[in-house]
Amino acid sequence: MPEDKTIQELGLDEYKFGFHDPEDYFFKTPRKGIDPEIVAMISKHKDEPEWMLEFRLKALESFFEKPTPTWGGDLSEMDFDEIYYYIRPMENQGRTWDDVPEDIKNTFEKLGIPQAERESLAGVGAQYESEVVYHSLKEEWEKSGVIFTDMDSGLREHEDVVREYFGKTIPPDDNKFAALNSAVWSGGSFVYVPPGVHIDIPLQAYFRINAENMGQFERTLIIADEGSSVHYIEGCTAPTYTSNSLHSAVVELIAKPNARIRYSTIQNWSHNTYNLVTKRGVAHENATIEWVDGNLGSKLTMKYPAVYLVGEGARGEILSVAYAGDGQHQDAGGKVVHAAPNTSSLITSKSISKGTGRSTYRGLLKVHEGAVGSKSRVECDALLLDEQARTDTYPYIEIEEKKVNTEHEATVSKVGEDQLFYLMSRGLSEEAAIAMVVNGFIEPIAKELPLEYAIELNRLIQMEMEGSVG
Amino acid sequence: MLNIEGLRIEIDGQEIVKGLDMEVGTGEIHAIMGPNGSGKSTLSNVLMGHPRYDVTAGSITFRGEDVFELEADERAKLGMFLAFQYPSEVPGVSVANFLRTAVNSVREKELSPMEMYKLIQEKMKIMQMDPKFAERYLNEGFSGGEKKRNEILQMLMLEPKLAIMDETDSGLDIDALQVVAKGVNELRGPEFSAIVITHYQRILRYIEPDRVHVMLDGRLVTSGGKELADALEEKGYDWVRQEFGAGTHS
Repeated sequence: MPEDKTIQELGLDEYKFGFHDPEDYFFKTPRKGIDPEIVAMISKHKDEPEWMLEFRLKALESFFEKPTPTWGGDLSEMDFDEIYYYIRPMENQGRTWDDVPEDIKNTFEKLGIPQAERESLAGVGAQYESEVVYHSLKEEWEKSGVIFTDMDSGLREHEDVVREYFGKTIPPDDNKFAALNSAVWSGGSFVYVPPGVHIDIPLQAYFRINAENMGQFERTLIIADEGSSVHYIEGCTAPTYTSNSLHSAVVELIAKPNARIRYSTIQNWSHNTYNLVTKRGVAHENATIEWVDGNLGSKLTMKYPAVYLVGEGARGEILSVAYAGDGQHQDAGGKVVHAAPNTSSLITSKSISKGTGRSTYRGLLKVHEGAVGSKSRVECDALLLDEQARTDTYPYIEIEEKKVNTEHEATVSKVGEDQLFYLMSRGLSEEAAIAMVVNGFIEPIAKELPLEYAIELNRLIQMEMEGSVG
Repeated sequence: MLNIEGLRIEIDGQEIVKGLDMEVGTGEIHAIMGPNGSGKSTLSNVLMGHPRYDVTAGSITFRGEDVFELEADERAKLGMFLAFQYPSEVPGVSVANFLRTAVNSVREKELSPMEMYKLIQEKMKIMQMDPKFAERYLNEGFSGGEKKRNEILQMLMLEPKLAIMDETDSGLDIDALQVVAKGVNELRGPEFSAIVITHYQRILRYIEPDRVHVMLDGRLVTSGGKELADALEEKGYDWVRQEFGAGTHS
C-alpha cells in the first residue's frame, strides 16, 4: 500500500465550481486599471454624495503611496493594471427571487443555494458581480428597526449612520489593500441592529465573482447597538479563470456595550484569485465579537480578522480554518488587541496543507498597559497531508501589562500511517480515511457553523482534496 | 476460511515471522499464545494488510482468495477484522460517525439512519456501554478498557467472517474481560472464525478455543487443543522454550 502515490492520485478532477454564465453586464468601467478618473466615474455612476467621492480619491492616493507588502505571501505577479475595478450586472436590485435573472439563478442552482435560502434563511443578500442583486429582509426585523441592505443602498438611505462609522474602524490608509477597497468599493452589506434587538436567524449573503479580470471590492459595515446581537454569514464560491483575479474586501464591525456580533465566512475562491481582505471589529464594554473564518481555494489568501477590545469586559474570538492545496498559499490568522481591563480572547487556527500547498499562521496578540486581568489563549494546529506540504507559524506577542494571563499552543500533525491503517481496516478507502481525519480535524470549527454551512465546509474541503490540479 | 502458508515477514530488513503455516476452518476459534516479541502482533497486522511490513515469502488465502495484493479496506470488505491492541485516536470524529461510515463501507447496501441508530444502540447494550459513548471522539481520552470495548463494538457492528484479536485481553480487569468475551461469543457460530492472540491463558476461559498454537521466535512451535493452554499456564513459557526453544534451532 504505497501511501504517497495514492494520496497524490486522489483525483484529477477539474475544479468543480468553475462553471460560469455568459457575461451580460449593464455597466462596466471603460478600461482596465485604476486612476482618479475611474474612481470618479464609479462614484458618479452610483450618484454618491460628495464626501464619499472625496473619501475614495483620498484613499486612492494612499493606495498609490503604500508599497505592496512583502512580509506575507508572494504578490509579485499581481498586476493592478490588468483589472476592471467596477462592473454592475443589473440596473435594479431584485426584491424577490422571481426578479432575479435566469442565468444568475442558474449559477445559484449549481451552487445549491436557493433551497438553503428558501428553507432556512430569512434575510438574504446575494452579491453577484459588484452589485447586490437579491436582497430581502424579514418583515419583523424591519419593524424593529433592523437595517440589512447592500452598502450602496445603505449609503443612499442611511447616509448619516454610514458617514459616522464608515472607514473609522479600518481607515483607508490602514494598508494598501484597505486603501484600494476604500477607493473602488462596491456592494457588500450594511447592517444596523438597534439597541436590545436580537436577530435569531443568521443574516446571509452569498458572493460570487464572475467576470474575468474583475476585482471584487465589497465593503461591509455591521453595527450592533447596545445590548443587541446578530450573526452574519458570508459564503463565497468563485469560478475558475486563467488570469489572476483579485478579491479585496473590507469588513468593519462595531459592537456597542453588551452587544454581540458573530461573523462567519466560508470562502472558496478559484485557484488564481488573490484574496486580500481586511477585517476588523471593535468591541466595547462587555461586548463580544466572534470571527469564524474558513479559507479555501485562492492562489494566495492574506487575511487576519482582528478584534480590538476597547471596553472593559469585552471578548473577542477568532476561529479560522484554512486549506492549502497544490500551488496555494493560505496566509491567515488573527489579531487581538486588549486595550481595556478584564478583556478576554481566544484564537483557534487550524490549517491543512497538501502537496505543494503552504499554510501560514500569522497572528498578533497585543495587550496594552492597563489592560489588567486580561486573558488570552492562542491555539494553532496544522495538519500536513503529505511530505511536501508546508506550514509555518508566526505568532507575534506584545504584552505591556504584567497582570495578564496568556497562553499559546501550537501543534503540527501528519495523517499517520497507523491512523490510516486503522480506518482502512474498517472498510474505508484511503481517500475516505484521509477525509475522515481532515473532517475530524476541522470539527471544532465546523460545529460553530450552522449545519448547512458545516456540511458545505466539509464538502468543499473534500472537493478540494479530490480536485487539486496544481 | 483462512490459510497461511510459509509466511515470512520482515520489517526494516529484520525478519520477524520466519515461516508460518496455519489453517483456520469455518466456525473455528484459534488461539495463538506466545511471549512478548514472538511476532504475534506483526502477524496480526500483516493479516490485515498493514503497509509497513514486507512479506518476503508465503501466502495468505482468505475464503479462497489470495489477499496479498489487497489493501486493508478490501480485506475488510471480504470479511476480515482486526481488533487492535493500540487503536489510533481520531480527534473530532465521533464513535457514532465512525461506526456509520465503517458499516456503510463494508455493506453492499447502506443502512438508513434509523436502522443504523438502532443497530448502534443494540450493540452498545451488549457491550454494556453508555449511549453517550457514541458521541465521544474516537479513542480520544479513552481508558484502556474503553478502547478494547470499542474495538469489540466495531466488530459486532461489522459482523466479520474472521476476527483477529490482537491482545484484546491485555490490561483488562475481569469485568471488562467478561464483557469483551461476551461480545466475541455473540458472533460465535458456524459462519464466524476468530484468531485470539494472547499472552495469557485467562481470556480462553471465557472464549473457548478449538485450537491453541504456541508462537515463539516467529514460528508456531506447537499446536493442540485447549488443554495446551492449561499446560502453558501451569508450566510457563520457559517450558516452551526448553521444549521447542529458539536457540536450539538455527
